[in-house]
Amino acid sequence: MAAIELRDVVKTFGSITAVDGLDLEVPEGICLGLLGPNGAGKSTTMRLLTGQAIADSGKLRVLGHELPAEAKTARGQMGVVPQLDNLDVDVTVEDNLAIFARLYRVPDVGKAVDKALDIARLRERRRDAVDELSGGMRRRLLLARGLVHEPRLVLLDEPTVGLDPQIRTELWTLIGDLKARGTTILMSTHYIEEAERLADEVAVMHQGKVISRGRPMELIDEHAGRQTAEVYGPPDRLAKTRAEAESQGLAVRAAGPAIAIVGSERADGAIPEDAVVRAATLEDVFVLLTGEEAE
Amino acid sequence: MNAAAETRRMRRLEPTAIAGVMSREVANFRTYWKGTTFSSVMEPLVYLLAFGLGLSATLVDEVEGVPYIEFVGTGMVATAVIFSSALPAMFGTFVKHRFQNTYDAILAAPVDVEELVTAEMLWIGLRSGTYGCVPLLVTIAFGLNPAPGMLLTPLFCFVTALGFAGFGVAMAATVAKIDQFNYVTALCVTPLFLVAGTFFPIDGLPQGVQVVAQFNPLHQLVELVRGGAFGFEWADILRFAFLVGFALVTWRVAIRQMRKRLID
Repeated sequence: MAAIELRDVVKTFGSITAVDGLDLEVPEGICLGLLGPNGAGKSTTMRLLTGQAIADSGKLRVLGHELPAEAKTARGQMGVVPQLDNLDVDVTVEDNLAIFARLYRVPDVGKAVDKALDIARLRERRRDAVDELSGGMRRRLLLARGLVHEPRLVLLDEPTVGLDPQIRTELWTLIGDLKARGTTILMSTHYIEEAERLADEVAVMHQGKVISRGRPMELIDEHAGRQTAEVYGPPDRLAKTRAEAESQGLAVRAAGPAIAIVGSERADGAIPEDAVVRAATLEDVFVLLTGEEAE
Repeated sequence: MNAAAETRRMRRLEPTAIAGVMSREVANFRTYWKGTTFSSVMEPLVYLLAFGLGLSATLVDEVEGVPYIEFVGTGMVATAVIFSSALPAMFGTFVKHRFQNTYDAILAAPVDVEELVTAEMLWIGLRSGTYGCVPLLVTIAFGLNPAPGMLLTPLFCFVTALGFAGFGVAMAATVAKIDQFNYVTALCVTPLFLVAGTFFPIDGLPQGVQVVAQFNPLHQLVELVRGGAFGFEWADILRFAFLVGFALVTWRVAIRQMRKRLID
């Protein structure tokens, strides 16, 4: 049984179609990265899965429960780590965890809180108010709060958005531990590196639907080939190189001050000698598929 | 995850969900109870000194055969209830929803909007039911004779506060911006507070206003508290039923409005 099954799901907000015929299946035990630019429909998909948004049409099933009718039961077995910090800042670390252990009907609240404190590595700070914690500690606590009831499925909504690199790495370690325990994870992100590091499979989402899905290396092979050549120079030179590469059927994208010729191993004389040739990446795939710059 | 929770289909209005949401309120209350308690004691004290002692020493000796300070003191219970229920419900709900994203966190757990609103109303009702009794205790200190009927005051305050908590939650879910509470306060809260019979008996008001005042829950609360202090009458059963009805109606309206606001 798949942990998550979405079939032809549509969700509109007035004239805006946030989710547009979305099909998505997440098998148990994997980490699926939902990768897409802002406005791709990732957060709406997350809200549909928690029953905080109701689909206009389509079928949704989470851990065997039909949504929205059985959303509450499904939520009891999943943990949610939101994009925004919504901890109770005046309350102690352990009380923040205990409140959610109760909301999730955990039988032994004290034991669950201790385990969550270990996950967040905050045992020494358990009696401190949240507003006394550093940004990194708060994010670890937010993650631990979503795991306090040992859920079968965890939804991570942009778990490291806006964080500095050190805190991001800390969280990646925690998410890696969660993966190692076999928990099913659906992680929305618009960070390529995050998806590459953590996700077993990546689904690229654009304009409300999944436009491509696979293991990161498979996606790269399928859409970007083996190599990408970055060419630097004045605009007229870049325009000429681009035209030549495109005439050979190669995909070309902007890459900051340069142009990147994707699948450059197939080029026939279109790559200047001073081009920087590197292995193709998921970022190349993301930009080719969505037309958006990656972060 | 325990097996029971895995297989059991969750029902509506589960006591564990409601208790869980209330435990969050209790945890937060522990961080601010001193200030709330201080103002809850000081406000009736100041009002009693200003109106009760001030007016009874200069203009009014007795109202309806009761010393004015006792008349105002028993009426102040209603003031304490509305200010400790409607206003915290309005502002607290708005802030938790719009600024703190607290409800997003709670609704990601196995709690639904009906349980969330019920828990919020119950907590405000309990807190306000307790603080609503403070003016009565202060008035006793000023010479009001204790009476057995006063033991029902926490119940009267609790039920009335439930109603105003529901009103406040519904308003918070309806307004677009926090400054729109100024309209709610000016058009609803202040008139209800002034035409409750707290500071003067409403039977001196024009006939039309007297009829309208009968639909003011605060007026019914004032009459019930005075009934507890000076003797009940049969009509008090209807007054209490009115307050229960008020709480039930605002409960359902608050749930409907919050569902619209919280579920896309």
